[in-house]
Amino acid sequence: MTHKPMQDRYNLAFKLYPYTRSPDQDAVDPVRRPVVVMGGGPIGVATALDLGLQGIPVVVLDDHEGIGQGSRAICFAKRCLEIADRYGAAAPMLDKGVVWNLGKVFHEDRKVFEFNLLPEAGHKFPAFINLQQPYFEKFLIDRVRQAQAEGAPIEIRGRNAVFGVDVAEDHVTLQIDTPEGAYVLEADWLIGCDGASSPLRKMMGLDFEGRVFQDSFLIADITMQAAFPTERWFWFEPSHKAGASTLLHKQPDGVWRVDFQIGWDVNRAEELKEENVRRRLTAMLGPDVEYDIVWTSIYTFQCRRMKKFRHGRVIFAGDAAHQVSPFGARGANSGMQDVDNLGWKLGMVLRGQAPEGLLDSYDAERRHGADENILNSTRSTDFITPKSKISHIFRNAVLDLAERYPFARPLVNSGRLSVPCTYDGSALNTPDALPGGPARTRPGSPCPDAPLGDGFLLNRLGGGFTLLALNAETPGIPADDGVAANILALTGADDPTGALAARYLGEAPAAIYLIRPDQHVAGRWASFDETAVRAALRRACGKE
Amino acid sequence: MLNTNPNIADPDGFYAALIAAHDGLSEEQSAALNARLILILANHVGDPEVLRAALAAARPAN
Ligand SMILES: Cc1cc2nc3c(=O)[nH]c(=O)nc-3n(C[C@H](O)[C@H](O)[C@H](O)COP(=O)(O)OP(=O)(O)OC[C@H]3O[C@@H](n4cnc5c(N)ncnc54)[C@H](O)[C@@H]3O)c2cc1C
Repeated sequence: MTHKPMQDRYNLAFKLYPYTRSPDQDAVDPVRRPVVVMGGGPIGVATALDLGLQGIPVVVLDDHEGIGQGSRAICFAKRCLEIADRYGAAAPMLDKGVVWNLGKVFHEDRKVFEFNLLPEAGHKFPAFINLQQPYFEKFLIDRVRQAQAEGAPIEIRGRNAVFGVDVAEDHVTLQIDTPEGAYVLEADWLIGCDGASSPLRKMMGLDFEGRVFQDSFLIADITMQAAFPTERWFWFEPSHKAGASTLLHKQPDGVWRVDFQIGWDVNRAEELKEENVRRRLTAMLGPDVEYDIVWTSIYTFQCRRMKKFRHGRVIFAGDAAHQVSPFGARGANSGMQDVDNLGWKLGMVLRGQAPEGLLDSYDAERRHGADENILNSTRSTDFITPKSKISHIFRNAVLDLAERYPFARPLVNSGRLSVPCTYDGSALNTPDALPGGPARTRPGSPCPDAPLGDGFLLNRLGGGFTLLALNAETPGIPADDGVAANILALTGADDPTGALAARYLGEAPAAIYLIRPDQHVAGRWASFDETAVRAALRRACGKE
Repeated sequence: MLNTNPNIADPDGFYAALIAAHDGLSEEQSAALNARLILILANHVGDPEVLRAALAAARPAN
């Protein structure tokens, strides 16, 4: 059979998984794999890491041979780094990334105000780092290679483009194109991580509804020898008129992200011509600043999600399931939270430790997360690009007042930066039974970090269930269908800064917490009660 | 005294509701809505001292 050559849809920054022939392509009958991940973007690769580190065999299929060029995401939030740290991939991200805390907001060139993220002390990771997305992805793949060397059953197949799916009750059949022709593979579970324009969603005829924003943004990543500080600068209606709004943000390698809002009716090819990009950049930076252009792109965006993320044996995660505007940096950051949420649940179902229904809690919890992200990023977008004259008047009134009056500053919205969501009301939660306990660690919350004498709390949590005993005694509970809860007993002696007590005890003298493998609180009590904790564990495993 | 420090619990939610109140209105209708809103809020404030300070604060900066 002759085969037409496969075309790249984008250029590669790093070629990390060149095509090689898999024995599966020569099998007489299709081979059945426990888990196949469609798409090797950040979310697909992180999914493979989560499952592979649990010892679950996982195959990632990507239609390219590596990581796409062009930065896209640059802001990675604390929770995202904490998740990457659980997979052992965060250290190089933190090394390479640029830490920033100060943001400045300008209107018509006047500084309206500045804000400091004022990161709370006592966390292993900063509130944010800036890092080009290709590096973020490369560090995940580096970690995959290391895990493979240690025996993790992960496989990444480059130039494997999925072009057909057949979804049965208990498995999925995939048709896959390769440079050497097509083959068929079966999967007990298929995880769709194939990005915002998800071919899988289309093949299955599934919805993806929400709001389209009628505006385009021109991104230019540039290097320059100018003395801009490591801060986030955002201009509303700058006088240089290179964009209706403009963002300047520092990345590693001396690269700056410049993002111009350029309107809806634009001729993309024309706008992307170097001379036109330079015209905008020079208007903004002034005639004396020399710079080189590293990458340019025009994007438009939508805020939307699928009605359901789980469709039987097919589960969607990342941009394939939900898409937000870039304001607030909630895309990759929330996709990583999907992975964090899905990994342990799928692992337990595959090991026969929990019913399949546990996966419906992934659907419910992450739809809740997506709605929160869409709400925040829609509001930011409405503030940055007002849709009506009156909305524009109010926006400018806020900016005007913010210069003089503190009350107006919280109303200025140039992006509400990503924070993890609390799964309030989740079926996996056990009602709060810790009188005086802090609201931030109520059931459903992601555990905040805290320094322990010799490290950080989060490095002691996660992977499996943990029974955290603070100033309390616990004999632990027996394993339930093989699911155990490791005991972590801490007292004031382990809490040099008092942060642990402030974040987990509040007014309570002692506490028992049951913490999920994704470091979210499942339940908490004033003292150990075996019956209550055992019931909470079963509930958190989808068995109650 | 006029409070010019942050005093709205959910600023983003309030702002979204404010803009949504104008959905589908013409410019004239929007201006009228704003006028009614100001009068309602002014009545709620009541204190002439505070109202005078608010009027002064809202004047364009020069
Ligand atoms: C301008 C811009 C700025 C952004 N800034 C931020 C930010 O600061 N912070 C943040 O968190 N997020 C940001 N984002 C969002 C972020 O880039 C995305 O959320 C993230 O890339 C989603 O990852 P993903 O793995 O879900 O999808 P993708 O990265 O899109 O990966 C999908 C993968 O699937 C592959 N694929 C597609 N079809 C097939 C097929 N048929 N067979 C096999 N493989 C296939 C693709 O080649 C690709 O490798 C930004 C986005 C944009 C556009």
